Amino acid sequence: MKMADEICSCLRGEGLTKIFGVGRKLTLAVDHVNFDFSEGGIVSIVGESGSGKTTLAKMLLGLISTTEGEIYFMGKKRDISSQKKKKEYWKNIQAIFQDPYCSYNIFNKIDTVLLDCIKMRDGKKLTHEQKVAMMTEACSFVNLKFDELTNKYPFELSGGQMQRLMIARIFLLKPKVLLADEPTSMIDACSRATILDMLMKLRDEVGMTIIFITHDIGLAYYVSDRVYIMEHGKIIESGSADEVILHPKEAYTQRLINDVPKIHEAWDLSTVQYSLT
Amino acid sequence: MSKVILEVKDLTTKYITRFHEDVYAVDHVSLKVEEGKSLGIAGESGCGKSTLALSLMGYYFAPLHFTSGDIIVDGQNISGMAPDDVRKSILGNEIAYIPQAAMNALNPTQRTINFIEDVIHAHDPKVSKKEIYELARDRFEILGLPADVLEKYPVELSGGMKQRTVIAVSVILSPKILIADEPSSALDVTSQKMVIKMLLDLMEKGMIKSMIFITHELPLLYNVTDDIMVMYAGQIVEKATAQEAVFDPLHPYSKGLMGSIIVPESGLRNVKLTAIPGVPPNLKKPPTGCQFAERCKYVIPECKTHPIDLREIEGDRAYRCIFSEEYLRKAYENG
Repeated sequence: MKMADEICSCLRGEGLTKIFGVGRKLTLAVDHVNFDFSEGGIVSIVGESGSGKTTLAKMLLGLISTTEGEIYFMGKKRDISSQKKKKEYWKNIQAIFQDPYCSYNIFNKIDTVLLDCIKMRDGKKLTHEQKVAMMTEACSFVNLKFDELTNKYPFELSGGQMQRLMIARIFLLKPKVLLADEPTSMIDACSRATILDMLMKLRDEVGMTIIFITHDIGLAYYVSDRVYIMEHGKIIESGSADEVILHPKEAYTQRLINDVPKIHEAWDLSTVQYSLT
Repeated sequence: MSKVILEVKDLTTKYITRFHEDVYAVDHVSLKVEEGKSLGIAGESGCGKSTLALSLMGYYFAPLHFTSGDIIVDGQNISGMAPDDVRKSILGNEIAYIPQAAMNALNPTQRTINFIEDVIHAHDPKVSKKEIYELARDRFEILGLPADVLEKYPVELSGGMKQRTVIAVSVILSPKILIADEPSSALDVTSQKMVIKMLLDLMEKGMIKSMIFITHELPLLYNVTDDIMVMYAGQIVEKATAQEAVFDPLHPYSKGLMGSIIVPESGLRNVKLTAIPGVPPNLKKPPTGCQFAERCKYVIPECKTHPIDLREIEGDRAYRCIFSEEYLRKAYENG
């Protein structure tokens, strides 16, 4: 029964809306979005810049308030009215952001970064050896060597390594939901494949639900089980990755696919519409 | 054979760290760009792509130092020139450069047209404002940018628009060669496509004669450039046409790079992407033998003892590996 419990325990949103601004200058960033991530796996949210992907992510994380709509988490309405409740919520939902360089506290050594995660998961009673074993396991999960990282600061690592350390953190925290907001857009193509493979490993081995936000539909196709396409704050198309990307229904989805350079098929540049703003 | 616009012979440049250690970020690089051709430079972060771009422009400011080699732009050797002279007489009218965050080059307190006036007046103070306006308007029209951008401030433009504006301005003096260093990696795929279209338009309409395009996105290089050069740890490890580099790479590093291509095509989900394990060597203490030996699947003891030379093969290709072509192709077939 535990399995069924876990499945319905995940994230659901109803009529989520976010309006920025005051008075007459209002911007509708997210427009009555409904979603249901309770199936688990990796879900991608794809859209161009300004389509409201990151705003949606921030609302899910509770970093900004919602103008309208409800988020249901673990079967009940999410309550993050106090700081204590927020912290409790963040034990179950964690995020990886675009820029690994400003995701760390620069005064903390890597050991501290990882120890904090163990502390957060009620690891206070553990002995030092057990903690080291946990940290070593987390580092080897992301192909880093813990012995080489001790007494180093995060900024001594390369961008790709920092992003992998971020995944090691997630591995220790074991949240139910991981929100990855463009985790690969600042690192090069070669490390990108590694990061994506690690996200898939988290899904398969830890059973995490991962919400993957990207503008590159190719990446979404590679990692995700389900894809949501967002345009101007609305979700306009959703379905399994094969369904959406190989047989898109909306012209917008088709355009996103056409915009990515390809190698086996021709990349048609003649259809480029210059935007005028 | 058409005219050679840019020729680089054995260029070596180094960074001197504050502890007086030498880091050779560009290590004996030779290349040639002909009129009407574009060259792509690929490689992971830290392999020396951007340093090569700066070195080609003669942009030697500490800690970057010129060591040896020749850079010949349209018959003129610029390798010995002082950086300030290069800036005055070469940059802009012979070589133009677009950095990754080109959009930040715009002055927030200036309208675009004033920015263009500054650029042109730096090279020729006698041109009148009216002439500049007409030239700019014509250029913008050809490149599909609306003319009212000229009267706007940078804050009024979107990221992709700013990037395209800066590109249009940087080639306003019709330079012979354009060096584009990751011009689209800060943009989303839609704006990226507009920037690429614009670069290709520049080539087609003769505003630039040739182009060097630097990126780590291989599918992009494959679609944009004629030739691809793969760099690793400051050295060229493979030179080939775009077609050959993507579908028939020879060097194990290029092979690894091509294995990490992600494109939305139907076969993608069945392909296991290959990531190259390990990290690039520390260039403060470069290895004696092949730079890639530590990460290579096919390594043999000889790789680590002898420096490997770039091996020229048929069809204007070259690669830097101890093994023969046939051996490598066979090894890739067997996995």
